[in-house]
Amino acid sequence: MTVAATPIAGVPREGDEIPPFARRTGFANWNRYAAVNDEFVPMHMDDEAGRAAGMPGAFGMGNLQLAYLHNLLRQWVGPDGAIVSVSCRFRAPNTKDMRVTARGRVVKVSEEDGRVLVDLDVWTEDEGGRRLAPGTARVMLADA
Amino acid sequence: MISEEMKAAVGRELRRSVSFPIAESDIRRWAIAVYYPEPPPAMFWDAEEAAATVHKGIVAPEEFNPFAWMTADGPRAGARQAGNDPGSTEKQLGITPPGLRNQLNGGVEVDYGVRMRPGDVITSVTRLASYAERSGRLGPMLMTVFEDTWTNQRDELVKRSRMTLIRY
Repeated sequence: MTVAATPIAGVPREGDEIPPFARRTGFANWNRYAAVNDEFVPMHMDDEAGRAAGMPGAFGMGNLQLAYLHNLLRQWVGPDGAIVSVSCRFRAPNTKDMRVTARGRVVKVSEEDGRVLVDLDVWTEDEGGRRLAPGTARVMLADA
Repeated sequence: MISEEMKAAVGRELRRSVSFPIAESDIRRWAIAVYYPEPPPAMFWDAEEAAATVHKGIVAPEEFNPFAWMTADGPRAGARQAGNDPGSTEKQLGITPPGLRNQLNGGVEVDYGVRMRPGDVITSVTRLASYAERSGRLGPMLMTVFEDTWTNQRDELVKRSRMTLIRY
């Protein structure tokens, strides 16, 4: 059982790494995501279809990587913080049994109307640190 | 890969969809799926805990999709196959597809507005924003960008997103 990280208290500093969000991935995660997003695409369900698309086998949905980036940000800002924007590119496939870790690093802290805005580099990576879905995000911290 | 009729289609509206009202169970199941195998945060399933947040009730995860399975227009003929068809964009526009065999989600950029809540009815308007050709490890690739704007029943902006489809 992974214990979810506690939301941030106080104001972060540039360069801070935020607590990671990690999952071991495979059909158990992908099939559940397919079921809620109606995303039953053969290359996410079948190794042969994945190989025919030029990948090592079946691989997870890009949108699930995007969801993990949201989970990462959400556990950091807590229920009263807000995700303002997120972007990412899907650069490498999330293959079966891979442990995917979503990470983020603070690049800028600013203030707008008395609220703290934080810009971050975010990404998901495999066990070897290879980035699967690098991107950026902006969050608004909860009122102190 | 980019024909004259494809160039001429840039900027056109591809789809306008209206969701069924969002149900608490839709939100709960989405949250369970994206947090699996750990339990999702209480804000997505526990009305009491959710009432104590700034949202004063259950809201959907930002990336929640209320258009999965069926929209309020009812079942669309061939929609199930169209999702896997790399030529479906051009077919919707009534033009000749580029004839590529595979497609992948290349990336997403999203700006969020108000949160989605149980009972909300979301309208999505999708436009074809651009075509570009690139060459990558999978060979020559066609990059297609879609712009999607979601509003709720009060005409408040829920999100604006850009998605790049890679076809090869």
